[in-house]
Amino acid sequence: MKTHFTINGQAASLDLDPRTTLLDALRERLDLKGSKKGCDHGQCGACTVLVNGQRINACLSLAVTHEGDEITTIEGLAQGEALHPVQAAFLEHDAFQCGYCTPGQICSTIGMLKEAADGWASLATDDLTADTVLTDEEIRERMSGNLCRCSAYPQILAAIRSAGGLA
Amino acid sequence: MKPFTYERPADVAEALAMAAAVPGSRFLAGGTNLVDLMKLQIEQPTHLVDVSRLPLAEIAETAEGGLRLGATTTNSQVAADMKVRARYPALAQAILSGASGQLRNKATTAGNLLQRTRCAYFYDTTKPCNKRQPGAGCAAIGGIYANTAIFGSSEACIATHPSDMAVAMSALDAQVEIAGPNGQERAISLEALHRLPGETPHIETSLQPGEMITAVVLPPPPPGGQIYRKARERASYAFAIGSVAVAGGKVALGAVAHKPWRARAAEQALADGANPAEAMAAELSSAKPDGHNDFKLKLMARLGAACLTTTGAGDGQ
Ligand SMILES: Cc1cc2nc3c(=O)[nH]c(=O)nc-3n(C[C@H](O)[C@H](O)[C@H](O)COP(=O)(O)OP(=O)(O)OC[C@H]3O[C@@H](n4cnc5c(N)ncnc54)[C@H](O)[C@@H]3O)c2cc1C
Ligand code: SF4
Ligand code: FES
Ligand code: FES
Repeated sequence: MKTHFTINGQAASLDLDPRTTLLDALRERLDLKGSKKGCDHGQCGACTVLVNGQRINACLSLAVTHEGDEITTIEGLAQGEALHPVQAAFLEHDAFQCGYCTPGQICSTIGMLKEAADGWASLATDDLTADTVLTDEEIRERMSGNLCRCSAYPQILAAIRSAGGLA
Repeated sequence: MKPFTYERPADVAEALAMAAAVPGSRFLAGGTNLVDLMKLQIEQPTHLVDVSRLPLAEIAETAEGGLRLGATTTNSQVAADMKVRARYPALAQAILSGASGQLRNKATTAGNLLQRTRCAYFYDTTKPCNKRQPGAGCAAIGGIYANTAIFGSSEACIATHPSDMAVAMSALDAQVEIAGPNGQERAISLEALHRLPGETPHIETSLQPGEMITAVVLPPPPPGGQIYRKARERASYAFAIGSVAVAGGKVALGAVAHKPWRARAAEQALADGANPAEAMAAELSSAKPDGHNDFKLKLMARLGAACLTTTGAGDGQ
C-alpha cells in the first residue's frame, strides 16, 4: 500500500505491506536504525519517535496509518554539527551507558517537555488545575515509559532537568 | 502477524459499511492493544478499518451540563482537557495512572474501553485459555498468575479487565453511545458494556457484530469529592493489581473483576451511614478470592477506605 510521509523534513513514499510497523519501516526500509527495537510491545520506549510533534511508540503503530504525517527520529534532531539541546544535555550529563535506550529517551524528552509546556498534568501533579512545574518527581513520572536497563536514571534525570525549557 | 487488508474511512457511516462488507473486520484506533495482540496472533483480523482519523475527536459540553468525549479522543487529550481536570478529576487521574505518556498519546477513549485482559495465560499461547480458544480450559485456575478476579468470576475464566479509565467512568455513571451497521444508534450505561465471563469469556462486551462506539457521555459531576487511586507492583507504567474510583457517593473498583466493578454494597452502606472501613467490608463480604489472590481482600479494604476517607464520602452526604 502506497504511503507518503515526511521523515526528518524529507518527503518519503513507501509501498508497504499493511503489517509493517512504523518502527520496521524506519529501520528496515529507510535505513534509519537510530530508533531501537527493545521489546516490540510498547513496554520499553526504545522505539519512541515524534509524530506531528507528539511522542509515540513506533513499534505499536502500523506505518500505513501515518499517511501525511511528519515523523521525527533521533537522526533528524541535530542541525548539521549542532546537536539538539536535549542531545547536548544527555552528553553533558553522561546520561547513558550502553546507549540502547538513548534515542528513545531523547525523543521522549522532547515530546514530554512540549507536553509540560502545553500545561498537561501527570499523575505526580497534586493540583490538576495548577500550572505545570517540572519537579524531579514530575520528570520521573512523565518519563516512566522509557526504561533504561543500564539504570542511568539519575543522569537522565539531571540531563532532562538541565534541558527543561530548551526543547 | 497474519496478512490483512486496510482501509481508512472518512466518516462513521463509511466505517460501518467497510467493516460490514468484510467478515473478520476490526476497527483500528490507536492500535496499542490490537496491534500488540496481532503480533502474537491472539488477534487475527482479516481487515482493519482505521477509525483513528474519523471526526470523533471532540470533547463537547452536553445540554445536561456534562461532557461528551468522542470515541477517538486520545487518552492524553482527555486527561489534559481543563474541563475534565476541573470537573472530573477522578477520570483525569485514572487516565494519567495508565500506561505511559507515549501510549496515552495514541490510546483512544473507545480503544481503552475495549482493550483485552492482561491475564498472563491469555498472552501465553502455549497454555489453554477459554478466552482465546473457547472450550480449551483455563490455565489461570490453579496457575501461578495472581492478578485475577475476586468478584464475578466463573469456572471458565477468572481474568480481570485492565482499564483504569473505565473504572473512573463507571463511578461517574458514564453512558456509551453506539452506532450500528444499519444506521441504528443506541446508548447504554458503561456498566452494561462489559460482561461477566460466565460460560462465554470470549464474549466480553454487549456490542453486537459491526457496532462501533462513537462517544462516551459523562453526566454532570455528582456533588462531593472525587479520587482515583491505583495499587501496582512498581511505581509507574504498570497495570493495577487493585484500584478504586470514588465520585461523590459512587464507588467503582478496578482489577478485581472481568469488568469495572461497581461497588453497590459499599455505596448502600455509605448511604446508610457506614464509615469507610465498614462500607468496604460490606462490599468485600461477597468477594470470592481463590487462594492465590487473597491479598486483594486486604488491599481493596485499605485502598477503598483510604479513598473514601480522603473524599469524605459518607460524611453526611
Ligand atoms: C505496555 C503497556 C502498558 C499499559 N498500561 C496500561 C495501564 O496501566 N492502564 C490501562 O488502563 N491501560 C494500559 N495499557 C493499555 C492501553 O491503555 C490500551 O492499549 C489502549 O487504551 C487501547 O486504545 P487504542 O485506541 O490503542 O485501541 P486499539 O488497540 O486500536 O483497539 C482496541 C480494541 O478496541 C476496538 N475499537 C477501537 N476503537 C473502537 C470503536 N470506536 N468502536 C468499536 N471498537 C473499537 C478495536 O477493534 C480493538 O478490539 C497499556 C498498554 C501497554 C502496551
Ligand atoms: S483467566 Fe480467562 S483469560 Fe486467563 S487463562 Fe483463564 S480463560 Fe484465559
Ligand atoms: S520497542 Fe517499542 S516500546 Fe519497546
Ligand atoms: S543506557 Fe543502556 S539501556 Fe539505557
